[in-house]
Amino acid sequence: MDLSIFTEYGPRLLAGFRLTIICWLLGTVFGAALGLLIAVAQRYGGRSVRWALQTYIELIRGTPFLVQLFLLYYGGPMIGLRLDPLPAGLLGLTIYGSPYFAEIFRSAFRAVPPGLIEAGRAIGMTELAIVRRILLPVGLVSALPALINFSIILTKETVILSIITVPEIMYQTQYMATMTFTFLEGYFTLALFFWAFVEVISRLGRRLERRITRHLIERT
Amino acid sequence: MFSLSSFLDAFWPLTMAARYTLLVSGLGIALGLVIGAFVCVLALSKSRVWRTVAAVWVSYLRGVPMLVQLLVVFFLLPVIGIDVPAIVGAVVTTAIVASAYISEIWRGAIMALPKGQTEAAIAIGMRPRDSWTRIILPQAVALSIPQLINELILLVKASSLVSVVGVMEITRASQAQAGVTFRPLEAYLAAACLYLAINLCLAALGRWLEHRMAV
Repeated sequence: MDLSIFTEYGPRLLAGFRLTIICWLLGTVFGAALGLLIAVAQRYGGRSVRWALQTYIELIRGTPFLVQLFLLYYGGPMIGLRLDPLPAGLLGLTIYGSPYFAEIFRSAFRAVPPGLIEAGRAIGMTELAIVRRILLPVGLVSALPALINFSIILTKETVILSIITVPEIMYQTQYMATMTFTFLEGYFTLALFFWAFVEVISRLGRRLERRITRHLIERT
Repeated sequence: MFSLSSFLDAFWPLTMAARYTLLVSGLGIALGLVIGAFVCVLALSKSRVWRTVAAVWVSYLRGVPMLVQLLVVFFLLPVIGIDVPAIVGAVVTTAIVASAYISEIWRGAIMALPKGQTEAAIAIGMRPRDSWTRIILPQAVALSIPQLINELILLVKASSLVSVVGVMEITRASQAQAGVTFRPLEAYLAAACLYLAINLCLAALGRWLEHRMAV
């Protein structure tokens, strides 16, 4: 293989990688925010709210991300939702991730000791204050490992955005491969690159996890 | 506007295509169970070399997006002189990717068994092989059933990606349907319904198995 293709297509690949990271971060942040909203609504909503949200969770978790993207990007315009590839991709990632994040938050909230919440009520905190000062800080810390884990899974989902022509790293690799007939080399390099990337972020994730939960580790 | 008749019309071709979705994910998990068992044996081996091989295998397959792996296999096979239909490459990729997750599921299940089980088997004079086949494995398999069903559901969803290499499964068929009728909303909605139906059935099967295997 001629390595000069990487210098020629380097800037494109780099731009693609940057977009991959942006999609991943925004997808994680928006997805987690929506998931948090769903988890809180499920906790405090009435029976019908809980039922509607549970149906939403099952619908999204039961269908492939690719089909959801096609529905959004190609089906959306038929009901007046016309989006460019990137916004469609980001919205897709947000929707796709939200039920998984919601389940993570829900189980984290369940793990908050009821005594803490009762204590909050006993000293006269409002429900909002209990959510803000007890449920979220305690719950988020215990949700952290699962959150990091799922956000790493999301990095791998971002390559699917290339299919609806979002110019992220996979799309750019495909472009390079098609222009230079280096399909195997291109995709294999991308595979190695992704492997390294996922390894790095999971290490960083573990470090972050240790740092944030260090108050929970008993000193010896 | 949404057209109910073209939504309903999409179901017949998509149901036909669902055979390939089931074939890819079903064969994928079956072969994945076999390869996964080997990887699991390596991961639990006493030799450091084998453990490293297993760790690299699992880490690579879990670190690289399935779509990228699919294209690597798809373009690799002709280069090494294997000329097979796209569906074979799709099944192979699915099985290899699944093997990484399955080996971890089994390793977890085996490690989760209390040490006392092996000790008791040795104490009553079982040979190591018998303690594995009669004590450890039956329990580990029962323990891992819910996670294996979960893995199968993930594979059904992941099989939508093999549409990219041209396998006529549900997603590819829905693209074709959308192209013919110019009604993407209905076609993809029908595809989503089919996936949902398959996965709900699998989830129900999982609950039933879990209930049956419960000790």
